[in-house]
Amino acid sequence: MPELPLPTSVPLSWYLLLSAILFALGIAGFLYRRNIITVFMSIELMLNAVNLSFVTFSYKLKQVDGHIFSFFVMVVAAAEAAVGLAIILTVFKNRRTLEVDEIDSMKY
Amino acid sequence: MDAILFLLFAAIAVVCGINLVVQTHPISSALSLIGVMGSLAVLYLLLGGEFIAAAQLIVYAGAIMVLFVFTIMLLNSGAEKKTLKTTKARWFGLPLLAGFLGVIAFIIQGALPKAEGVKFGAFTGGTAQQIGWKVFTQYLLPFEITSVLILIAILGAIVLARKEID
Repeated sequence: MPELPLPTSVPLSWYLLLSAILFALGIAGFLYRRNIITVFMSIELMLNAVNLSFVTFSYKLKQVDGHIFSFFVMVVAAAEAAVGLAIILTVFKNRRTLEVDEIDSMKY
Repeated sequence: MDAILFLLFAAIAVVCGINLVVQTHPISSALSLIGVMGSLAVLYLLLGGEFIAAAQLIVYAGAIMVLFVFTIMLLNSGAEKKTLKTTKARWFGLPLLAGFLGVIAFIIQGALPKAEGVKFGAFTGGTAQQIGWKVFTQYLLPFEITSVLILIAILGAIVLARKEID
């Protein structure tokens, strides 16, 4: 079996590149999608991408602080999800729609 | 072995992320997001963060995504309609996004020119003991503030979602 041209250890920048790709996908979902729940899930994807960057830098600096930051990000994301989904429920109850384009009464 | 694991789970994360953006039905997006979160937990393990990997699976892939799936079920939302703006956004947005990614990749390569590779087991500071020690000494005040934040979030969610009783 021929030896695969893979490095024995992964460069640190690959993790950061993966984080950047996931963040860009989160931005794309946030801007493309019209369903308010999918928009909200794209925000969670961006938070996850940033968490990966925190843990990667924590490895690089050999400090545990980055893990604690991403732990706090998780806590805030949980609180945000609870309040955000309650707001979505209220919006749906009042307007019978989930399309972000149609929720525009503050525009006029 | 490290490289194989990284490439496998990074590929899963990217494919699931693309699927999240492309799918029109929210339940498909939610399932792809669970895939992203699970593969990110494996990557945290490779970086030596065993506590954060477990918290990722329990808090994100468990609790938060259950909330999302439950809301999708409750609102019974179908696939979204295609509008004229979506095709316009595709023509302008994709090149801009590619440019953004290119700039970030250039900065990362410039900032870490000869950074050492990631070896599994080289950093063992991410255990629950180490994180607990730091959280309850150096980060005690932010930790207490987050408990107040969670309390406010619970109250806000209840006030927003309850039925009006007259």
